[in-house]
Amino acid sequence: MSELATHGAHPQGFAHQFEDIEQQRDAGRLGMWVFLVTEILFFGGMFTAYTIYRALHLASFIQGSHQLEVKFGATNTAVLIFSSLTMALAIRSAQTGKKKGQIIFWLILTMILGALFLGLKLRFEWYHDYVDGIVPGVQWFYNGPYAPGVKMFMCFYFFMTGLHALHMVVGLGVLTVLVVMTARNRFSSEYYAPLEISGLYWHFVDIVWIFLFPLLYLIGGRY
Amino acid sequence: MSTAIAEIHETPAESGVNYLNVTYGIKSWLLTLDHKRIGLLYLGSITFMFFVGGMAAVLMRLHLVEPQGALFEPETYNKMFSTHGIIMVFFFLVPSIPATLGNFLIPLMIGARDVAFPKLNLMSWYIFITGAALALYATLSGGVDTGWTFYPPYSSLYSHTHVVAVALGVFVAGFSSILTGLNFIVTIHKMRAPGMTWFRLPLFIWSMYATSLIFVLGTPVIAITLFLLGMERILHVGIFDPSVGGDPLLFQHLFWFYSHPAVYIMILPGMGVVSELITAFSRKKIFGYAFVAFSSLAIAIISFIVWGHHMFVTGQSIYAGLVFSVLSFLVAIPSAVKVFNWTATLYKGSISYEAPMLYALGFVGLFTIGGLTGLFLASLATDVHLNGTYFIVAHFHYVMVGGAVMAYMGGLHFWWPKITGRLYPDLWARIAAAIIFIGFNLTFFPQFVLGYLGMPRRYAIYPAEFQVLNVMSSAGASILGIGYLIPLIYLIWSMRYGKPAGPNPWGAKGLEWTTQSPPLTQNFETIPIVTEDAYNYPPEVARV
Repeated sequence: MSELATHGAHPQGFAHQFEDIEQQRDAGRLGMWVFLVTEILFFGGMFTAYTIYRALHLASFIQGSHQLEVKFGATNTAVLIFSSLTMALAIRSAQTGKKKGQIIFWLILTMILGALFLGLKLRFEWYHDYVDGIVPGVQWFYNGPYAPGVKMFMCFYFFMTGLHALHMVVGLGVLTVLVVMTARNRFSSEYYAPLEISGLYWHFVDIVWIFLFPLLYLIGGRY
Repeated sequence: MSTAIAEIHETPAESGVNYLNVTYGIKSWLLTLDHKRIGLLYLGSITFMFFVGGMAAVLMRLHLVEPQGALFEPETYNKMFSTHGIIMVFFFLVPSIPATLGNFLIPLMIGARDVAFPKLNLMSWYIFITGAALALYATLSGGVDTGWTFYPPYSSLYSHTHVVAVALGVFVAGFSSILTGLNFIVTIHKMRAPGMTWFRLPLFIWSMYATSLIFVLGTPVIAITLFLLGMERILHVGIFDPSVGGDPLLFQHLFWFYSHPAVYIMILPGMGVVSELITAFSRKKIFGYAFVAFSSLAIAIISFIVWGHHMFVTGQSIYAGLVFSVLSFLVAIPSAVKVFNWTATLYKGSISYEAPMLYALGFVGLFTIGGLTGLFLASLATDVHLNGTYFIVAHFHYVMVGGAVMAYMGGLHFWWPKITGRLYPDLWARIAAAIIFIGFNLTFFPQFVLGYLGMPRRYAIYPAEFQVLNVMSSAGASILGIGYLIPLIYLIWSMRYGKPAGPNPWGAKGLEWTTQSPPLTQNFETIPIVTEDAYNYPPEVARV
């Protein structure tokens, strides 16, 4: 029986249904891991479809892959990996009880890197694809070899990177909330669970990209 | 005997305040974070969906009274069975026991104040309502004619009905399942009362845990599959369309990767409920607790590797078919373990036949028939004959209606006094249970025969020689319909006029019976400490 729960003298961020802050932190962490498992299955369906069609239409998928610019994909990979570092540093700052300014600095840097990723993707990749007419269902005037297969490849390219970008946007929203919470002194070295589990999410989204980059840009034997 | 102590403490403390009357007004319900109220929100919504889906079924059966079809154009008939399937599967059966009884009972049974994430719980109800509203809107504005399976390329390229809206509804409702499953897994792992070890958990909790695993592992895959389907339809890009190199079989693989486990989402919670009912009404400890508990997990795990048995006649490789056939037979093992253990629990128990027990016994018999006929379909050769016939329809209705809905009704009757604090008229409940049992068998047993004789499913017309059996089935459906209406009436009646139930009207074991009825918002005045196994009925009560 928790005295804390019934009498309201509980630490910041404590929810009434738990016995103590330790239980709450464990629950939050497990919840996020389970959520990430559902995310793996979610992306997994798409990866499965991609893999099967790649095997069925190998030449077209290689041709499709040549439509993408590796230099932008590579830059964005570096940007995302760096953003994972800054996210980890934000959590580390909270854990070691650093000033809130430092936590906010790392969080905002993470956000800038996330936004940079999306900006590069939008301006130098998707927009160019649109201009070049290789966006299936929207603007399509590709007339090179293997047109139907390339179209399918581009479908998967847009679905997969689009879904990934959507997760990035959600991540930026979460980071914004974290910045506000940090500014309001909601975290301390005892309680920083929201930072920690949001970090798990952010790293997960990065890892998805780590799989997308080689699958879409690199394999296909052009370098 | 901590539970007994808790009872002494809590019964006199019944101050009249409970989770139902602590606050009033529509806002207090729509913004509630109490798992019990959220369970009731789900109960109301899925009951509504059940009667919508049931209406479609009744119309279908009326239509099939005559060989040429009595009521509709064939197109309308197609929409009718699609609506019935989609609503019943995604908006009634999948959420049925988990979202209502599961939400209500899990924290009570494990001795917690609430689920781990109450806000997420409420959010998942809103997500469900959004999905259901989309599906209903699509149904009312013209319906969908693809069947509940949405097979492309028909669904993505040729159907002129509201496929996208319905698929979006199912997609959205899927996230409600995912979040519910996530919430339950974390709750069961982290929120158990002191002393409530894994092997002291009621078997209902084990079955909810197994169900939640399927929720979180399966549902995301159907979500992404429906997303791809919708994209193909909206953007006219080729994904499953064979004319541009797409593979319609891939859709079926992805679809059944979720939808076969989804069958176990429907039946596993029912098995959990039946384990509770049979122990309570035979006043005996369950026979082979660990076997029943692990068989739930085994069913959940095996459910993910048998999907190919839906595709024996689709052009899937014959070797894949062989493997899937063998694996499908494996499901029979944990299912049989459960049936045998329930039977062994009944043996020398002091059995009483209150309404919930009637449903439980009905479940055991009907599920056995449904399960055994599943073996016919898991055999490659017989499946070629029976696939696409009414035999399939009869088989899965024995599992889903004879199994899952029976258990749901049993569970609802069993915990109704806990939920509302009132007793319903037991005689009426027994009569309704008997009517449902008779109506159900009259509806679906003839369909086994029809299917064996070769009548295909999903047709608006049929050869005249099948009329007698079809009329029997339709007659059964109307009896079944009446059987479902009676509980609706007396359960609603009992909320106001029923006799007060007291904390434990059945003399059952389990933490949920140690607290007042209806429970307090925080469930327990003090969090109980558990010192005994589940179903620890005193041995002297068990007749020798």
